[in-house]
Amino acid sequence: MTTILNIVERAYQGTLEEQDDQALWLIHALKNAGAAQSVLLRGPATGYAVREQLADSLEIGGVKPGNPSRIDQDLQRLIEAGVKVWAIREDAKERGIAPEDTLAGIQWVDRAEVAGLFQEATRIFAW
Amino acid sequence: MADNATTLTIAIMDPPYETARVTTALRLIEAALRKGINVNVFAYEGAVSLGFTEQQPHANPVKGTSVEEEGHPTPKDWVAALGELGNGRDGKGKLDWVNCGLCVDERGMQNQATGRRGGPQHLYEFLQNTTNVLVIATR
Repeated sequence: MTTILNIVERAYQGTLEEQDDQALWLIHALKNAGAAQSVLLRGPATGYAVREQLADSLEIGGVKPGNPSRIDQDLQRLIEAGVKVWAIREDAKERGIAPEDTLAGIQWVDRAEVAGLFQEATRIFAW
Repeated sequence: MADNATTLTIAIMDPPYETARVTTALRLIEAALRKGINVNVFAYEGAVSLGFTEQQPHANPVKGTSVEEEGHPTPKDWVAALGELGNGRDGKGKLDWVNCGLCVDERGMQNQATGRRGGPQHLYEFLQNTTNVLVIATR
């Protein structure tokens, strides 16, 4: 069986317009289509693990998003759907992200452990 | 545009949905207009997609939400709103949004929510009478 490891690094790019993160959305859609998936958050995307994100203050010309992006909730739904979500501990620490502020379902790994995740996957997508 | 008003020229290249630069640019434009600053926009390359009127909001099958529940204002709605805001009345600045015509033709995006068709000569004209210029290029 094909197992896809999705390395998500690019973060908050177009998410206010899209009301979603494009990579996480596609990962979830592929999961729903039957693909075996996992996610590794690295770099800026480790910020996606932080709980209680809400971008509801955006308003341009009096027009507000009807359903503002909730990246933490999207990640939580992925976890609940059976997708393993790893995140690199050092990348979060460099950004001042405290583990206690993050989703409980995130599995933290050291950079030295990342190569092991590669070996478990048959396909690796870098987003 | 009002005489002696501060004028900002913004050249932007990014299409919608790909980067944070678009939202930032639109917010800057709005903030300037609300402060009475006139704004020239030269939408170049993918940025001509921002006001393309054929954009359609959609349901979200991943979240199981309907079109109505998503309430998704596509960027054309924001561009149209800025066009209305930038009418130069009530102390607000005036928006002059120019879409690069060749870029529009390449993409088949003739139908635009606001602005006018133009070309590099319009950007050059903007530069003659602007207080400052911000180029927001695709990276």
